[in-house]
Amino acid sequence: MANLNPKLYSKDVEQVPIRNGYGEGLVAAGELSDQVVALCADLTESTRTQAFAEKFPERFIQVGVAEQNLATVASGLAAAGKIPFVTSYATFSPGRNWEQIRTTICYNDQPVKVIGSHAGISVGPDGATHQALEDMAIMRALPNMVVMAPCDHLEAKKATLAALEYAGPVYIRLAREATPVVTTGKTQFKIGEAVEFNPGSDLTIIACGPLVYEAMQAAKQLKAKKISAQVLNMATVKPLDEKAVLSAAKQTGAIVTVEEHQVTGGLGGAVAEFLTQHQPVPQEFIGVRDRFGESGEPAELLEKFGLKAKHIIEASLKVIRRKRQLNVVSKIDKKKVSRPNKRSSRKKK
Amino acid sequence: MTIDQLDIKANEIRQDIIKMLVEAGSGHSAGSLGMADVFTAMYFAVLHHKPKNPDWEHRDRLVLSNGHICPVLYATMAHAGYFSRTELKTLRKLGSRLQGHPHRGTLPGIESTSGPLGSGLAQAVGMALAAKMDQARWQVYCLLSDGEQDAGNNWEAVMMAGKYRLSKLTAIMDRNNIQIDGVTEDVMPLEPVKKKYEAFNWHVIDIDGHNIQMIINATNQARATQDRPTLIIAHTTPGKGVDFMEDDYRWHGSPPGKVETERAPDKAEQAKVALRELRTLQGKIKSEHQ
Repeated sequence: MANLNPKLYSKDVEQVPIRNGYGEGLVAAGELSDQVVALCADLTESTRTQAFAEKFPERFIQVGVAEQNLATVASGLAAAGKIPFVTSYATFSPGRNWEQIRTTICYNDQPVKVIGSHAGISVGPDGATHQALEDMAIMRALPNMVVMAPCDHLEAKKATLAALEYAGPVYIRLAREATPVVTTGKTQFKIGEAVEFNPGSDLTIIACGPLVYEAMQAAKQLKAKKISAQVLNMATVKPLDEKAVLSAAKQTGAIVTVEEHQVTGGLGGAVAEFLTQHQPVPQEFIGVRDRFGESGEPAELLEKFGLKAKHIIEASLKVIRRKRQLNVVSKIDKKKVSRPNKRSSRKKK
Repeated sequence: MTIDQLDIKANEIRQDIIKMLVEAGSGHSAGSLGMADVFTAMYFAVLHHKPKNPDWEHRDRLVLSNGHICPVLYATMAHAGYFSRTELKTLRKLGSRLQGHPHRGTLPGIESTSGPLGSGLAQAVGMALAAKMDQARWQVYCLLSDGEQDAGNNWEAVMMAGKYRLSKLTAIMDRNNIQIDGVTEDVMPLEPVKKKYEAFNWHVIDIDGHNIQMIINATNQARATQDRPTLIIAHTTPGKGVDFMEDDYRWHGSPPGKVETERAPDKAEQAKVALRELRTLQGKIKSEHQ
C-alpha cells in the first residue's frame, strides 16, 4: 500500500545515510530553480552540500564557522528573491542561531530552508555536544516554521524538493549514520501528511526519522504476539497531520510515539498536545528522557537510551495494558453513574 | 531639495518623533532624534525609491539594524510619502502597522524586521550578495548603532562583506557613544572602530552625522568605491535638536542646566541624570532603561 522497500524486513536491507538524500535533493533543487542558493558553515562535505557547491559554484556561499551569520545572511538573500538552503549540524543551526532564525527568518517570513544534519543520538562517537536532541522542540515553537524529520535518504530527497516548492521557512533534520532504507521512490510524500506504513487495530505507533525502521520491526514482532500495530510515518512534525492522529486515536485508542529526540517538545509532545484536547487516549513516549547523549557506537547508544524495536514493543504492551485498564475503569464508572439515576427514577414512582 | 530645505525637513521629522513618542508613552528617543539628519538625507536625497511603490524591484534597500530607533524611520517614511503622517500617532498601539520594533510585512517599505541587535548587517550582506549575483544596480544601506558593535553576529557579517568585496553595501553607524547601560567605551570599548573595519577590508569615512551635505557626499563616495564595502561613521549627538538638551550638548562635558542635573554631585552622575531626562523626554515617556 505504502510502496515500502520490499527488503525492509530482510537482514541485507540497504543502509544509506539520510543526509545523502538531502545532498541529492539539493542538486535537483538547484537544477529546478536558478534562485536556489546553498550556504554552509564550514561543514560542506559532511552536510552533503559538496555536490551542489561543485555543480553550482556561483550559487554556493561559504559562511565559515558562523552560524548566526548563516541564518541572517540567508534571510537577506531571501529578501532579495533567492531560495537559500542553509546547512550545518543541528546543534549549531538551529541550535546556536535560534534567535536569528526566529526574528530574521520566521518573523520576517522569509523562505529560508534550515537543514540540521547530525541530529539524534546516532551521531555516535562525537558525543553529546554534537548530538542534537532538542532541535525539533525549538523549531516547532516558532510560528511560520515547518518541521520535517525524514525516515530515510529517499524521503530526505523528497522533503528537500518539497521544501523548495513550499513558500515559507522550513526546518529539516537529518541523521549522520547509514540507516536502513524504509521507503521507495514510489512511497508517497507530502508536507503535513502522515502515511500509514503498516495497518493495525490494537495500537498506533507514530514515528519519525530513522526510528521509523525500528517502529516497523516492532510492529512485525508484535504481530507474532497477536498484537496488531498500526505504524504512521509522521515525516512532518509541524504542521501535525491532526486528521491522521485523531483517526488513529479513535480507531486503536492507544498511541506510542517514537523519535530520536527529547520526549519533551518533539513529535510525542505534538501528538499529546493535540490528543489531550480532542481524543485523550493512553500514550507512551519513546525518546530521550531529559538527559544529554554520550560517546559510543550508534547501535550501542540506541540500546542504552531505549530507542530500539524491543523498547517500542515494551511501550506498546504497556500502552495496551493501560488502554484495557481504562476500559475496565470506564465500565465501572458507567455503572456508578447509572445507580443514582435508578434511585431517582424509583423515587419518582 | 536644497540643504537648507533638508535641514528644515529634519527638524519637522524631529517634532513628529517627539509627538509620536509622547502619544505612545514609551519608546526610544535619544537615537531616534540623533539620526533624524541621516534619515532625512537618505530618504530625500540618497535613496532611489518609490514611496508609492515600496516593492519596486530596482529600489535601493535600506535595512535598519538597530530597530529600536524606528520612530525616526516611521516619521521619515511618512514625510517621504509611504503613508499618512496621521498614522504616526498609532505607534506601539494595538493593531498598528507601526510596531514597537519594525516588522517586515506589517508596514510596506520595511525591508526587514529588526530589534534584536547585531543581525541587520548580516541581512544587508545577504541582499548585497544577491545583488552581486544578479548584477543588479541597486545599493544596500544598513543603518547600525555603535552599541550593537558588541554583537558577534555583526562582526561575522563585517568579515564576510570584506571577503566578498561587497561594494554595493554601505553601512552607516550612529556613533553617539551611548548604549542602555552607559557609555559605549565603558560597557565594551569599541575604539579604534575605524581601524577595525579597515582591517576587515572596508573603506571607512568619518563624518558629522548632523551635516546633511557631508552625509550625501559620503554616500556618493561609498557608491564610487568599487572594490570594497564602505562604513560611514556618523558622529551624532543623542537627542539632537531637543531644546533642553542644547545643541552643543556633550556627554562628558556639560550636561544641560536642569534642576535635577544641577543637584547631581559629579559630572558622571550629571551625565546619567541628563541621559535619563532625554530618554524619558523629561518624564513624559517610559524609556528603554526602565
